[in-house]
Amino acid sequence: MELCIFLTLDSFITDPLTHDFMRKALLMSSLVAAVCGFLSSYLTLKGWALMGDAVSHSVMPGVVVAYALGLPFSLGAFIFGVGSVALIGFIKQKSRVKEDTVIGLVFTGFFALGIVLVSKIKSNIDLHSILFGSPLGISLSDVKQTIFISLLVVILLSIFRKDLMLYCFDPRHAKTVGINIFFLHYLLLTCLSLAAVVGLQSVGIILVVAMLITPGATAYLLTDKFDKMTIISVLSAIISSLIGIYVSFWFDLETGGSIVLAQTFIFLFAFLFAPRYGIFKLKKLFAGYK
Amino acid sequence: METTNYQNFRIDAENICVDYNGKVALYDANLRLKAGQICGLVGMNGAGKTTFFNALTGFVNISKGKIRINGESVRSAQKDQTIAYVPQNEGIDSQFPVNVWDVVMMGRYGSMNIFRCPRESDVQAVKDAIERVDLTDHLSTPIGNLSGGQRKRTFLARAIAQRASILLLDEPFSGVDIRTEKLISELFIQFKNEGKTILLSTHDMIHVREFCDLVLLINKTVVAYGETSEVFTPENITTTFGGISPDFLFGPES
Repeated sequence: MELCIFLTLDSFITDPLTHDFMRKALLMSSLVAAVCGFLSSYLTLKGWALMGDAVSHSVMPGVVVAYALGLPFSLGAFIFGVGSVALIGFIKQKSRVKEDTVIGLVFTGFFALGIVLVSKIKSNIDLHSILFGSPLGISLSDVKQTIFISLLVVILLSIFRKDLMLYCFDPRHAKTVGINIFFLHYLLLTCLSLAAVVGLQSVGIILVVAMLITPGATAYLLTDKFDKMTIISVLSAIISSLIGIYVSFWFDLETGGSIVLAQTFIFLFAFLFAPRYGIFKLKKLFAGYK
Repeated sequence: METTNYQNFRIDAENICVDYNGKVALYDANLRLKAGQICGLVGMNGAGKTTFFNALTGFVNISKGKIRINGESVRSAQKDQTIAYVPQNEGIDSQFPVNVWDVVMMGRYGSMNIFRCPRESDVQAVKDAIERVDLTDHLSTPIGNLSGGQRKRTFLARAIAQRASILLLDEPFSGVDIRTEKLISELFIQFKNEGKTILLSTHDMIHVREFCDLVLLINKTVVAYGETSEVFTPENITTTFGGISPDFLFGPES
């Protein structure tokens, strides 16, 4: 530990790169951060933070079942992620219980089912790695799967970027001008489930929620332009992933937690010093800043 | 203009019903509007005004009845950019990170390619629309920094940029400054002369008398419909507002 104090910045950055597992972890986490960061700006604006919470927890039993059946766990996670949302919609429509209550009810139920299944099905699934992620122990097939899913989500979100923005902003207008908002609704949900699946590996189920919420919230404080918000969100997510992984390497800290803490610090910085919306409004301090 | 369209109604809603999860929001409602007509939609909160708009734009499905827009289905009206909807100020998230230009450009989305890349003609349409509502100085102002009136004008510009022939306006005069009110009034006259059909909901009875050729009084269903001078009577208004006298709503009339 004391050693790192004497390291130069150069070796602080390059030394971990000599390890194969660190290169993989950095690549994977950056990908996941990019996907979650991109999606995060939509969730923040649509008011779907809780939905992100719900979906990322609900994929848990899907992962377990998929492992048990020998299927790619992304498939199981995806089915349960979308299924939970459908169930939330159904219960909300058919009962007088309020939406946030239904969301909480469904995702804790799914999550508990996952935990019970893990304890019942004898397998080599490590509950800890599902909950908290294990970016340092990623297999090659996981890497391929993450790259594929991440690219798919980024491509989908890029193609429908403006439509999704309009859907979040004014769905009625979107409908009036002939845009298929039903499709956009499920597109966003599908991307959310896929992001939960890839996020699960690097930061784990519990912390993927932070990945889906914090970058968007940070970006929201920093800009009034939607495109800039998306870019800031993605960048802040990637930067905090890199910081988190390096810090966890050098100081021997839990990786997922370090990534999310880095995100939280970036958010707090924006909260305090954002030019227009921060508590101290840096803009006023530097009168010439534009 | 009207003679050519004499047989055709721009909006033809016949016995429409809308319910949300079994709860009836609107039933047996009828409305027929031609080109160049301005119709006021008047009713209490919860009387079904917004539901009526939602049904006409296709945002909610009708459970019964028939809606024809220019003789065709609501879906083809959406595809053809026939209807533009101007929301209430309260109906939108004013903190959303978009500026005036972005919002007005949304009026062109329906006629762009899948990536929504603006062409020269779209840019021109947006510029013209913003000019018509007198917001040229605010092109890059975030909507959160606009006044209520400026925001209303932004959404009007979006409807103008869309080049729709039917305009649905939800409370166009609520929460706006006098300048905006005057500008909207002038635009209404221009729209009428251009042959556009306008349906506007309002709480303000004076505006109905001032602008509307026709008035549709609703309270979950149509209470009365026709020429403003004939239909907008104290009795009808009292029925629409569940027994509240028009004196209370307008102030005593001289």
